[in-house]
Amino acid sequence: MKIHEYQAKAILKQYGVAVPEGKIARTPEEAEAIARELGTDVVVVKAQIHAGGRGKAGGVKLAKSPEEAREIAANMIGMKLVTHQTGPEGKEVRQVLVEQGLDIAKEYYLGIVLDRSRSQLVIMASTEGGVEIEKVAAETPEKIIKEWIDPLTGLRPAQARKIAFALGLKGDAFKNAVKFLHALYEAYVQTDASLAEINPLVETRDGRVLALDAKMNFDDNALFRHPDYAELRDLNEEEPLEVEASKYNLNYIKLDGNVGCMVNGAGLAMATMDIIKLAGGEPANFLDVGGGASAETVENGFRIILSDPNVKAVLINIFGGIVRCDRVARGVIQAAKNVDIHVPLVVRLEGTNAEEAARLLDESGLKLQVANSLEDAAQKVVASLA
Amino acid sequence: MSVLADKNTRLLVQGITGGEGSFHTRQMMEYGTQVVAGVTPGKGGQKFDDRVPIFNTVEEAVRETGANASVIFVPPPFAADAIMEAADAGVSLIVTITEGIPTRDMITVKAFLEKKATRMIGPNCPGIISPGQCKIGIMPGFIHREGRVGVISRSGTLTYEAVKQLSDLGIGQSTCIGIGGDPVIGTTFTDALKLFNDDPDTDAVVLIGEIGGTAEQEAAAYIKSEFKKPVVAFIAGQTAPPGRRMGHAGAIISGGEGTAAEKMAALRDAGAHVCESPAVIGKTMQKALGLA
Repeated sequence: MKIHEYQAKAILKQYGVAVPEGKIARTPEEAEAIARELGTDVVVVKAQIHAGGRGKAGGVKLAKSPEEAREIAANMIGMKLVTHQTGPEGKEVRQVLVEQGLDIAKEYYLGIVLDRSRSQLVIMASTEGGVEIEKVAAETPEKIIKEWIDPLTGLRPAQARKIAFALGLKGDAFKNAVKFLHALYEAYVQTDASLAEINPLVETRDGRVLALDAKMNFDDNALFRHPDYAELRDLNEEEPLEVEASKYNLNYIKLDGNVGCMVNGAGLAMATMDIIKLAGGEPANFLDVGGGASAETVENGFRIILSDPNVKAVLINIFGGIVRCDRVARGVIQAAKNVDIHVPLVVRLEGTNAEEAARLLDESGLKLQVANSLEDAAQKVVASLA
Repeated sequence: MSVLADKNTRLLVQGITGGEGSFHTRQMMEYGTQVVAGVTPGKGGQKFDDRVPIFNTVEEAVRETGANASVIFVPPPFAADAIMEAADAGVSLIVTITEGIPTRDMITVKAFLEKKATRMIGPNCPGIISPGQCKIGIMPGFIHREGRVGVISRSGTLTYEAVKQLSDLGIGQSTCIGIGGDPVIGTTFTDALKLFNDDPDTDAVVLIGEIGGTAEQEAAAYIKSEFKKPVVAFIAGQTAPPGRRMGHAGAIISGGEGTAAEKMAALRDAGAHVCESPAVIGKTMQKALGLA
């Protein structure tokens, strides 16, 4: 689960992570009022969208007066911000974070993420603040400091000091950085985060260390422990069809192609997308309907897939293992009667009672083609596009 | 023959009275698996289907029945604790089927298991099967046949697809291991390959990976340096969009690796027979074994 910068900062603050003073504004007038309240010579106005690269795209601006903050906010709110992470269509800015300006001495990078190879959290830090960490990793990997965390001890003070020393921090900034690291680690663990990225982490001329930017993602599997995070979800940031699909507990991801596909199991769903492409088509979506593939889920799957106007054909690929294919076939037939399927449909059912299922589909009177293998299914669905 | 599980495996089921647990316990018994005990706290003393004794704790179940393997169907909030309870009771093999266990819990479990002599498979996996001998999991038994090819996979239904292709061509399996689709898992591709490398009754291995992480690249490095048998590999997600399933910073540890293309290249470089299409896994194995 992704959240906005302002939400991440509010959560981090609760755990003692130092962040700049600021508030969220949904209108230019609110932005002006917040700037006045902050009272600093300069304030920063930051577009809140779920994508990185906002600075370069014009989504982060300095204002030298509350009036200027209002003007900037007026331009920013409602604009479509196009960054390298949003895609060419961009994302609409609906709110801006107005923050106090800081007297910055130096910028750093700090992140916590899971290292899957070691099954441990790793803290990464670098003196190359404000630069994308992927770029640093590719070009100057020696500049990335890594400390792996033993879950039985948590972040040890010696590790936090080691990172702060390696970043070249001294005096108050050193002490504040150590405190910052412990607070960030605590926030990561307690919130069941899956990513925490502070880029940049800044050192001010008076020795403070703060999160100038903050990105946090949460582990979807752990959301049951944090029911309050549901209200942090911003549906405006999500693809409408994906939001719709999530209401039916369907795992759907919209893509740009023209062949819709409905599959049981995530691995088989990806493999089905791959074979559509190999056969010369382009998958329109990823959709895992789960193990059972009941009439109801298939019907909902149809509705979601066919809501995408780019879809010119649909492939259903179900491997019936424990669930019998004849039952899945009956479900497909029932669903197809309830939904207007205006594009060619190819169905491949494999597993228990597959032959019975093929016979049921053939005799259903529905306009569909039955495929007898994965390859056959992909070729038939791509051929139906012509 | 097989690795990990065979006809001598004495299985206990954690969560035997739940919906999934009871359904699949019956399926496993029908396949011929020796299910010797169930554990559901508070239901100790009862019997499952009038046959399998239920215990309150894993320790008691192991002591009373000599169970040496456990399969876990416990819901996500309690699954990590169930795994550690089984490891603590000295069970040598744990297969965790449960999907949706928080990563934080699995990090703890993984560290806990390091001090134990227990091997864990999963979580979020279909389980393992040694055809004709023992099925520990939720896969359809009938698609498998006894033989000499090992299967290792991060997926469920895609594994069934590959197994069916093998069986249809007359190629049987020694053991099929679903290692699971989560970021933190008990047994990796490399761990499973090591088991098959040492198994005199496995002649070749099918490896089914997918996008995300670098486990396939690590497996490729092992295959290149030590693995002695033919490997047929498929990586799902060649058409998956970047950034949707992989964490932004997740790839950085491996220097930006994690795409299907990179994994396929690494496996090819290691001498594996890499399939572009999921439809030719069986045929490719047929060729690799010199059968076609």
